[in-house]
Amino acid sequence: MFKNFFPSKILSLNNNLVSNLLAVMILVIFVGLIYALFLSPPDYIQGDSVRIMYVHVPSSFIALGIFGIIGIFSILNLIFKIKFLPLMAKSLAPIGFVFSLISIVTGSLWGKPTWGIWWVWDARLTSMVILLFFYIAYICVWQFVNNFERANKISSVISIVGLFNLPVIKYSVDWWNTLHQPSSITLTSAPTIHYSMLIPLIIMFFGMAIYSLIIFLMRYKTEVMRFKLDKKKK
Amino acid sequence: MLSKRVKSKIVFLIFLMTTASVAFFFILKSLEKNVVYFFSPTEIYDMSNVASEERIRIGGLVKEKSVIKSQTSVKFIITDLKNEINVSYNGVVPNLFAEGKGVIAEGYLRDKKYFVANSILAKHDENYMPPEVIKALEKSNN
Repeated sequence: MFKNFFPSKILSLNNNLVSNLLAVMILVIFVGLIYALFLSPPDYIQGDSVRIMYVHVPSSFIALGIFGIIGIFSILNLIFKIKFLPLMAKSLAPIGFVFSLISIVTGSLWGKPTWGIWWVWDARLTSMVILLFFYIAYICVWQFVNNFERANKISSVISIVGLFNLPVIKYSVDWWNTLHQPSSITLTSAPTIHYSMLIPLIIMFFGMAIYSLIIFLMRYKTEVMRFKLDKKKK
Repeated sequence: MLSKRVKSKIVFLIFLMTTASVAFFFILKSLEKNVVYFFSPTEIYDMSNVASEERIRIGGLVKEKSVIKSQTSVKFIITDLKNEINVSYNGVVPNLFAEGKGVIAEGYLRDKKYFVANSILAKHDENYMPPEVIKALEKSNN
């Protein structure tokens, strides 16, 4: 399976796969949205603003997950010098950036009617903003450092340092008193979210994950082409 | 299997990451006072001296049957089920402010049992449920 991500293979990636994935994604998001907006019940306290969660939680999840992948790729790349890993990490970064932005904006929209305020500097919200800045720094290095090897090294170090922020985001709500509520879905205990709300949440997560995969495949293909072209020029 | 070059790189990375994580830990530890968004009544109770000029936040649950609303002000008790603090506030509370639910008050501590708030935030917990379920739960509890 991993062979498909090798630079030689990705170039033969035809648009068929992408359009198939696109069809699946549209279907999943459509079902997810119908479920989230119409079929699922309002919350007993929040009312209808609970529906923001169906976008907010998957976005945060994907934003954290993608940064984790970028960090691990960077470690492997620094050690083993595998050519295509930095190209993959580079293609993933803007997706994670957009999702962390979506997470922050939707969270803010939810915070106003629920907490009574758009924004506070509690540990969860602040560490999420730090993640956003790590994404910006990471993307900027690729954008503005012209030498590939140098950009690769600097961005790798940034993402490895940023890795340490991930557990801080995840556990901030357990380690400190925060305004943000603790996680409803944990590995160790039953979810504190009713199944009629959990199902659309999971569907939406898969929809957005497929979307990320599509954008990644397209970007990765472009990056590989660009990399090969640059090599030829030299 | 691994070449010497790769090995030394791994050692370097492990060293770098341990140093970074230790540094992260100490930074967070020293920032603890700022990282904590609010104090619970018990934490206030355990404090040796109360700085009444300092603007702080306290949080906990609104005690059942403690809310006294008048036209422009509201008085209630914040509890963490061990200790309690009386809070008075001039203004409008958020929609989700309710007895038995989480709340955060920002303002000044007059003494360990009395707090004057400038702003009130409702804290939501991690429970998400449809209204019918909560009704059924309440019924079975009674």
